[in-house]
Amino acid sequence: MAKRYGSALTSSPNDLRSPGLWPTRRPRQRMREEGARSALIAAASTVVVIALALWWILSSEAWPAVQKQFFNPTNFREVWPDVAGGFWLDIRMFLVAEVLILAFALVLAMIRALRGPAFFPLRALVIVFIDLIRGIPIILLILVLGFGIPALQLRGVPNSPLFWGVTTLVISYSAYTAEVYRAGIESVHESQRMSARSLGLTQVQALRYVLVPQAIRNVIPALLNGFVSLQKDVALVFILGVREGVREAQIYAAGTFNYTGYIAATVLFLLVSVPVARFTDWYTDRDRKRKQAVGV
Amino acid sequence: MNPKVELRNVGKAYEGKVVLRDVDLAVGLHEVVCLIGSSGSGKSTLLKCVNLLVPIDAGDIFLDGSAITAPDVNPNDVRQKMGIVFQAFNLFPHMNVLDNITLSPTRVHGVSKDEAEEQAAALLDQFGLIDKIHEYPDRLSGGEKQRVAVVRALATRPELMLFDEVTSALDPELVAEVLGVIRGLKDSGMTMIIATHEMGFARDVADQVCFLDNGVILEKAPPQQLFSKPQQPRTQQFLQRIVEAGRL
Repeated sequence: MAKRYGSALTSSPNDLRSPGLWPTRRPRQRMREEGARSALIAAASTVVVIALALWWILSSEAWPAVQKQFFNPTNFREVWPDVAGGFWLDIRMFLVAEVLILAFALVLAMIRALRGPAFFPLRALVIVFIDLIRGIPIILLILVLGFGIPALQLRGVPNSPLFWGVTTLVISYSAYTAEVYRAGIESVHESQRMSARSLGLTQVQALRYVLVPQAIRNVIPALLNGFVSLQKDVALVFILGVREGVREAQIYAAGTFNYTGYIAATVLFLLVSVPVARFTDWYTDRDRKRKQAVGV
Repeated sequence: MNPKVELRNVGKAYEGKVVLRDVDLAVGLHEVVCLIGSSGSGKSTLLKCVNLLVPIDAGDIFLDGSAITAPDVNPNDVRQKMGIVFQAFNLFPHMNVLDNITLSPTRVHGVSKDEAEEQAAALLDQFGLIDKIHEYPDRLSGGEKQRVAVVRALATRPELMLFDEVTSALDPELVAEVLGVIRGLKDSGMTMIIATHEMGFARDVADQVCFLDNGVILEKAPPQQLFSKPQQPRTQQFLQRIVEAGRL
């Protein structure tokens, strides 16, 4: 799909925005010089601000003690393998949960998009579910489901905190993601639905083949935003005792009264979430430009 | 013999505003009916009612003698027998021309993918669009888009075609290619109801012309009669303005 738009941009012979068609090089050269100058100013001011902040913190009387507690290289080496191992579990929980969320939320959104009195009970059920789940703090939901359901000792239902932790994340995030999908479905013009129905497609077929594919393309940036958020929130299941990254750091802190493990976990989360956030920005930007280019 | 389509006392209101009132219309097999009238007179709504895209509030609509507006009728079954083409094309932008055309035959009519693609290619060839088969809608001209929309509707092998001001969104020089397609359909014996602002075209192709005003069919007559000797003052006024605008 992206390729299609790309070729539409570059192969159009009378595209006046194409830089190669500018009569002279002068405007571009000047733009480049201005670009270099503003980059220099940005870099210089950043260095100054960071230096001031560092000086301010490091000059504090309590800094040596804090450094020993939070930034101790020896402790860092010691705790790193455990925290990294736990973090690997965070990543796996994130991946499994995200796939389930994308699928489950889509089902919820499609049910909500069905029209007609025949579907009212289903629609109402989904609306109640979404309202309830969105109304409960996620940490409470994890505590209630994670401790509550295993306590029921239901036959045939897993009791592991890991299972219930991930399940809770899926339930909670699906409620939000369903709303993202719904916004996408509603952003597709009504005439598309009408056109699909006029060809004899059922409501579900119209959603499946016509509305949802267009909707998803419209909400990819919002979905990616959800990825960034979930990638961090998986750590919340530590409260059930699941030995993921934060839990490992906590265990280490409890044994040594040293909090360097938390810093190790912070570094690991940043290593993943910052690139994902950058990618989201890059994609959103490209998507916007692409839409402007084809005049959608 | 029953007419192909028949509307009896059809009424429709949107939030209290009446858009169709006591509409009676019978369209015989192979007959072409043109609906004319100013914007907002109810032409589009009438077509959408026949297609069951808009539920009617009063009256009945019959297809081959059976009421399609009865509560136990599945609208999807009815829509499979007719095609509609809209003013704004409404092609699916995320699918290429071929997929736009084969979607309904493969998903609704149970035609195999190969067969549907073969039929689509034959239709595209017939309408001079075969070189656009793998293009996406945003790469087509307005006239090409509208012809693809016609092909998409025809690919479901409809018994009745509805056209909703299909040339109103086109550049003037692209109008002819689309009207040519509809003329071809008339020659092949397709039953059609056509809402249009192209009076010359209506005079050429229609067996009956209906003049709608404020949701009422004010006058219904063969084109020679309606265009040369309109009976109602409102029709005369409308046609007078059309002539003044140089459109007839």
